[in-house]
Amino acid sequence: MSGLQLKDLYDGFRNPEVIQGFAKLIEQEAKKLSRPINIMEVCGGHTHSIMKFGLPQLLPDNINFIHGPGCPVCIMPKERIDHAYILAEQEDTILVTLGDMIKVPGSRGSLQDARAKGADVRFIYSPLDALKIAEENPEKKIIFFAIGFETTTPMTTALIDIVLKRKIKNIFFHINHVTVPEVMVELIDSRDEHVDSYNNRIDAFLGPSHVSVITGSKIYEKFPKEYNRPVVVAGFEPVDVMEAILMIVKQFTENRCELEIEYKRLVTHDGNLKAQALIENYFEKASLFKWRGLGNVPESGYKLRPQFADIDAERIYADLLPREEIEDHKLCICGDILRGMAKPDECTIFGTACKPQTPLGSCMVSSEGACAAYYKYGNLLK
Amino acid sequence: MCLSIPSKVVELDLERNVAIVDTMGVKREAGLELMEEGDVKIGDYVLLHIGFIMNKIDEEDAMESLKVYNEILEKLDEEDRRQMVIDDDNCENRGA
Amino acid sequence: MNKQITLAMGNGGEENNELISKIFYKAFKNDILEKSEDAAVIHGGELAFSTDSFTVSPLFFPGGDIGKLAICGTCNDLAMMGAKPKYLTCSVIIEEGFSTRELEKIVRSMKKELESNGAIVVSGDTKVVPRGSVDKIFINTTGIGEIVKKGISSNNISQEDIILVSRDLGRHGATIFAAREGIELSSTLESDCASLTHQVQALIEADVKITALRDATRGGVSAVLNEWAKQSNICIEVEEESIPVSEEVYGICEMLGFEAVNLANEGAFVLAIAKEDEAKALEVLHSFENSSNAVKIANVSDAYVGKVVLLSSYGTKRFLDTPTGELLPRIC
Repeated sequence: MSGLQLKDLYDGFRNPEVIQGFAKLIEQEAKKLSRPINIMEVCGGHTHSIMKFGLPQLLPDNINFIHGPGCPVCIMPKERIDHAYILAEQEDTILVTLGDMIKVPGSRGSLQDARAKGADVRFIYSPLDALKIAEENPEKKIIFFAIGFETTTPMTTALIDIVLKRKIKNIFFHINHVTVPEVMVELIDSRDEHVDSYNNRIDAFLGPSHVSVITGSKIYEKFPKEYNRPVVVAGFEPVDVMEAILMIVKQFTENRCELEIEYKRLVTHDGNLKAQALIENYFEKASLFKWRGLGNVPESGYKLRPQFADIDAERIYADLLPREEIEDHKLCICGDILRGMAKPDECTIFGTACKPQTPLGSCMVSSEGACAAYYKYGNLLK
Repeated sequence: MCLSIPSKVVELDLERNVAIVDTMGVKREAGLELMEEGDVKIGDYVLLHIGFIMNKIDEEDAMESLKVYNEILEKLDEEDRRQMVIDDDNCENRGA
Repeated sequence: MNKQITLAMGNGGEENNELISKIFYKAFKNDILEKSEDAAVIHGGELAFSTDSFTVSPLFFPGGDIGKLAICGTCNDLAMMGAKPKYLTCSVIIEEGFSTRELEKIVRSMKKELESNGAIVVSGDTKVVPRGSVDKIFINTTGIGEIVKKGISSNNISQEDIILVSRDLGRHGATIFAAREGIELSSTLESDCASLTHQVQALIEADVKITALRDATRGGVSAVLNEWAKQSNICIEVEEESIPVSEEVYGICEMLGFEAVNLANEGAFVLAIAKEDEAKALEVLHSFENSSNAVKIANVSDAYVGKVVLLSSYGTKRFLDTPTGELLPRIC
């Protein structure tokens, strides 16, 4: 197929004129809205994009963003970070995880702190990098602290597949993968409980870009059907987000409530079936998984199926790993922020006691978190 | 999420089940474990995420989107021009 | 501040600044030090004096090695104060078991770079420590230069000035990341490691009204602009579209989630010059191969004093803050 260059896939979806063009169209369409609408972007990549490209500065006042819990690093409960810390401290162990995770403090400190104290903690760019580390260190145990939404889950299972097929004996897994639709339901239910004003409802969802590449858009069907909330699955480039916002606004002005895909070049109804099969093969849902700031969300986390107990670090080290839940700082309102009931700058410790270098709550820890995005990019919002 | 990026497949090493992908001059190996056998070909545009190919980019849909964006810009330009003409017609300073 | 030193404290960004001011500046308090320039101006404004240690890994990378870096780094710091580098010292701490051949290669690189700068090494020190006590080799160079143009200072930038960069950004940082083990990337990217003495001399000779110069090393151009905004009490407004980044650096930034303005450079510098000298300065810079794409990137205002603002080409703006934390690839 001629014509499409790689650069087009970047520039074409960041074109400043097109961004301004959509801003104009959204403004025109939004005039027809009978009331303001609140759009929740579920995924941290969207929060980051929205804030980095300053998109709220281009939208009319009757369109608001509610930032969702979209960051698997942010929602990691402290007690599970402590698991990673304890595992890293074990003798002859190398703890590996993906980048941002090593900065998040648990109750004992972060993995970075553990490393400064002598633990062998390494960040890797890809789960496949663990294979090389395991090969170079045959006498050590490599524990992969696996995190991420459905986007990253299949990659962990691909590594598991390789480990088992090649009979690699020194790689183990601590699984912390979480899923999106269950937390979306939890947010709708809990907000509707807490919120009396019609103005604070989540009116529509901006569906995650890359979770949807894996799962397909089929996982959002219940939101327009059972919860009366439109979902538009959007790419994360600024043009994608603006186009998706226009599509959402049009659903309201045209009195529709549907699941639509803006990110057509990558998202289909069914998704990546091979990836889904891998997940199904190795993982099952844990009945509860605690999301930091939100509490337990049913069926929202994965764990290794019992037949893979031999590589399950959570089972192998069970007697060392604490079960008690750890509370967040008293003044931390991350729970409200994750539910979209407060904005980061409404938190009394935002930017003072709680900053990216010294995060006290989940929304500040990763650069994808709402508070971190606000801290970095949000000061010039109107 | 965030760091999934479009890349172009430049080489395939089926023995090791990897592809070499190129992102604007930077080449990297990417695992093919999440793609069906034979699905990925040299020259394909793919989405790369933490060392794996996650999916192929549908070129037709991508070009269609870009085409729509151009049409939007043209339409807006056209409206701006029409508005300028109207403003001009309504301009009181125009000589009779 | 943390009870223990963390890697982030050596990043050239916020944590680094905190470490320096709370421990070192506090103890070594004096006027010259507190000016926080690239090199200290001493001896009645006639000499510039600077020191730097080099711990880069890998030792040999596309576009240079630790030796070249060690000479360029210190000579450039002197050049940034309008000085001609004259005399350097060279101190090395070598790990037991290091290859003498590699050491010779490194020293040859240093010699070549010294010649290019017209400087000589007049004193030095060598230590060898047991295996594991340092990572192969650490080098420190300290330099003295003769100030040719006085008054260059990061504390004097005003709204009469504009900001330029001498070339495309982020090459060195991107190259090092790509070359590091553990992140298996291959690219034809090369570090921009180079001496800047001749460009600075040429600007001085062409009589360009230079207010400030700083080479954008750790922390990148972001760190420099933020330091200038704070030191001179100004607002720097950057046109995002004008920031020059090569395609390959762009590719690595996309892949690893970095911003080119936060990546280290070793042959690029930022200039604050009088508005009316823009064309003259660019003409001079364009005549050198490694500043052939020099360009203006920012104006100075008082909109948000002490801050750096990025203006997008589609009408939005945001703050560009000093980078924080270790430079880790973002994931999700």
